[in-house]
Amino acid sequence: MDNLIALAFSAFIIQNIILTQFLGICPFIGVSTKRSSALGMGFAVIFVMLISSSVTWVLYRYVLEYFNITYMRTIVFILVIAALVQMVETFLKKVSPSLYKALGIYLPLITTNCAILGVAVLNISNEHNFIEMLVYTTFIGLGFLFVIYIFSMMREKLDYAPVPKAFKGAPIALIVAAILAIIFTRFGGLIEWIL
Amino acid sequence: MNKKDNFLKGIFRENPLFVALLGMCPSLAVTTTLENAIGMTIAVIFVLVLSNFIVSLIMSQPKLAKLVRPVRIPVYIVVIATLVTLVEMLMHAYLIGLYKSLGIFIPLIVVNCIILGRAEAFASENKPVDSLIDGFGMAVGFGLAIIIVSVFREFLGTGLLTIWKDLQVDLNFIFDFLRIQPLAMFTQPAGAFITLGFILAVIAAITAKRQAKQAKEVKANG
Repeated sequence: MDNLIALAFSAFIIQNIILTQFLGICPFIGVSTKRSSALGMGFAVIFVMLISSSVTWVLYRYVLEYFNITYMRTIVFILVIAALVQMVETFLKKVSPSLYKALGIYLPLITTNCAILGVAVLNISNEHNFIEMLVYTTFIGLGFLFVIYIFSMMREKLDYAPVPKAFKGAPIALIVAAILAIIFTRFGGLIEWIL
Repeated sequence: MNKKDNFLKGIFRENPLFVALLGMCPSLAVTTTLENAIGMTIAVIFVLVLSNFIVSLIMSQPKLAKLVRPVRIPVYIVVIATLVTLVEMLMHAYLIGLYKSLGIFIPLIVVNCIILGRAEAFASENKPVDSLIDGFGMAVGFGLAIIIVSVFREFLGTGLLTIWKDLQVDLNFIFDFLRIQPLAMFTQPAGAFITLGFILAVIAAITAKRQAKQAKEVKANG
C-alpha cells in the first residue's frame, strides 16, 4: 500500500509527465489557450490513457510475451491505440452524446499525442503489475490535467501582459512553462522529505 | 521547385521545429547532451527518409494508391512503426549507450508529428525521389535545430560538449574566465523550456526584421 501511495505521488508530481518527462508537449502548448479546452483535453487524455494502457499491458503480458515477439511492441501498441481512439469515439457518439460533445473534438488529436504511447511503453519498461499500472496511469493522467489546467489559467492572463513583440505566442509560453517546471522540481524535494 | 530548393526548404523556410513547432517532445527531452541530439538526428534521418520514400512508392502506383487511400493513415503508421522498430533494434545492437540514454524516445519517434506530417503532406502527392530529398531536408532541419538547442544546454549547464562517446570538448575555461559556475539548471527540464523559448524569440525577431525590410523595399520600388 505504501509503495502504491509513493508511486501515485511520484507519477503526479515528481515525474510529472509534461514538466519532467516531456511527453504531450504538443497539446500542452497547442490546446492550453483557454481553460475550457484545457479541461476537455485533460479529461480526454485520462480516459484514453487508462483504456489504452490497460489493453496494451494485457496484450504485452499475455500475447507478445507468450509468443516471444516482444520486438513487435511499438507496432502493436501504436495500432492498438489508433484503433482504440477510433472505437472510443464511435462508442461515445452512440452511448453518451453529451460526453462526446465535451471530449469529441480532442479525441482525434490524441492518437498522435506521445503521452499515450509513452505511458503504455513506460508501464512495460518499469515492469509494473496490473494494479501498479492502473495507479501509475491514473496519476500520470491527473498530473497532465493539473499542469495543463494551471498553464491555461496563466496563459489567459498572459494575453493581457505587455510581452515584447518577439516573445509573443510560443516563446513566452515556453518560458512560463520553465517557471512551472522549476516549481514542480522543488515540489518533488518537498514530497521526498515528507515521505 | 528544383532539387536544391526542395532540400533547403526543410532547413530554413519550413524548418519543422523552429518554424512549424513540430516534434517538441523529443527536442526538449533528448537535448541534455550534444551526443544525444546527434543520435536522435541519425535515427530521425533514417526513419523520415525511408518512410517518405516508401509512402511515395506506394502512393505513386495508381492501382495501389486507390486501394490504400481510404486507410492511408494506418498504412503510414505501420510503415513508420516498422522503421522505428528497425532503428530500435540496430541501436540496441550497436550503440547500447545511446540506446539507454535516449530510452523511451526511440519508440516515440513513431508519434513524432513531423514524420506522419511529411508522409501525408508531401510524400503522398510527390514522386519517390522528390519525397526522399524532402524527407532528408526535413530530417536535417530538425536535426540541426535540436543540435543547436543541445549545444546551448550542454555548454551552459556543464561547460562541456560531448560529441561522440569519449570525444569531449571542455569549454570550462570560459566560465573560469568569467568567474562563474556552469548553470546546472540548463541540464534540468526548466532549462529546456527556457532555451527553446529564447531561440524561438530570436528567430521571431529576425523574421520580423526581414519582413519589415522586404515591405520597405516593396514600397520603395512601387
